[in-house]
Amino acid sequence: MLKVDIIEQGTVVDHVQAGMGKKVLDILGIDEKSGNRVALVMNVPSGKMGKKDIVKVEGILISKEKTDAIALVSPRATVNLIKDGKVVEKKQAELPGELNGIGRCPNPNCISTQEKAPGKFRLEGQKYRCAYCERTFRPGELV
Amino acid sequence: MDLISFRDLDKGTVEKIFGLAEDMDRQLERKKVEKLEGIMATLFFEPSTRTKLSFQSAAERLGLQVVDFLADRSSLKKGESFVDTIRTVDGYCDIIAMRHPAEGAARLAAETAEAPVLNGGDGANQHPTQTLLDLYTIRKLKGKIAGLNVHLVGDLKHARTMHSLVYGLGMFGAKVTMVAPKGLEMEEHIIHEAEKKFNFKMESRDSIDLKDADVLYVCRVQEERFADKYEAAKVKKEFTISSEYIRKGKEDLVIMHPLPKIDEIPPEVDAMPQARYFEQARNGIPVRMACIKMLLEG
Repeated sequence: MLKVDIIEQGTVVDHVQAGMGKKVLDILGIDEKSGNRVALVMNVPSGKMGKKDIVKVEGILISKEKTDAIALVSPRATVNLIKDGKVVEKKQAELPGELNGIGRCPNPNCISTQEKAPGKFRLEGQKYRCAYCERTFRPGELV
Repeated sequence: MDLISFRDLDKGTVEKIFGLAEDMDRQLERKKVEKLEGIMATLFFEPSTRTKLSFQSAAERLGLQVVDFLADRSSLKKGESFVDTIRTVDGYCDIIAMRHPAEGAARLAAETAEAPVLNGGDGANQHPTQTLLDLYTIRKLKGKIAGLNVHLVGDLKHARTMHSLVYGLGMFGAKVTMVAPKGLEMEEHIIHEAEKKFNFKMESRDSIDLKDADVLYVCRVQEERFADKYEAAKVKKEFTISSEYIRKGKEDLVIMHPLPKIDEIPPEVDAMPQARYFEQARNGIPVRMACIKMLLEG
């Protein structure tokens, strides 16, 4: 049994689709230079999901915007904000209606890709339409 | 205001442009055009004959001065970014007409420039003034768009003009029949978007039959789209609009083409009364004059 320390202040992202934990860290902008204490646990047995990933980040309470961006890679993810070792808020990730500066257009002929402009997308049904090339993509294709 | 994508336009705005274009047609006929002031910059990052010349001609007829940007002789060669180019040109003009091979380039230009931007084509994405002049031509020649049976024939997968035309025909309540070679059919998501938005149905057929067509809109089948040269030759022959096909259709059939046409319409058809593609190209002038006026006057 793997044991990971509880955190005093920070965020736990639970019910992350197995294999998507690293993408969650990318969305949160956490890398080796960030300096935060981070735990990424992969392929944890889950009653609901079969297998899941869990991400724990100390020192950061993530915003609603970032929470919803996690839905791009893991629509069932839940975000728990921890203060003084207790869960003070539990949020369900939801696909945002608009994405500004989150995600990149996967179309190599899109000007936002070529000019490295921040991505802009609008949700239409279950897909996102790029504001530039106007093509539609599945949420997972944007990160 | 900018004109970037036909998707941004509602029916009221399209009708306003048609009204302005009719007014421009009357002014051109009287050879007395109300003048505007200002400078148009034309930025064509890839080749164009009709779109660039007709934007420049439309601007000059409205009394604007035109400054032209030649991509192969510009600072792009020194590595200047697209955004910096737009920012610089924005300081030299009052309105920008542009074409770029990257999809979304006109949208990014519009976000960057204070001057209004007219999209003259962005990659495989949009060419809104072409769609406007196509719809204007149909309305002018047939008196209406609603209820007409418009046949779209050719490479419906790659032809940029066809994608927004389907959207526009849906907006005005035309019936659309599509005939494309196998593998070059229009992508489902484009059809679904128009069907969902305007609640209209389209029909696909395997072969050309013009008996019930009011308008025939042809676009080129490009040989390079086929790996098999024999297949390409066969399809090109099958999708050539011969005079025999046309004689089997209605007498008042209108044949349109975004041009350039290569061999999908043989020269003998040019003389037939149904062939209206050069008139269609001429309509680019009043329609683009209308768009320039609308954008400059807000």
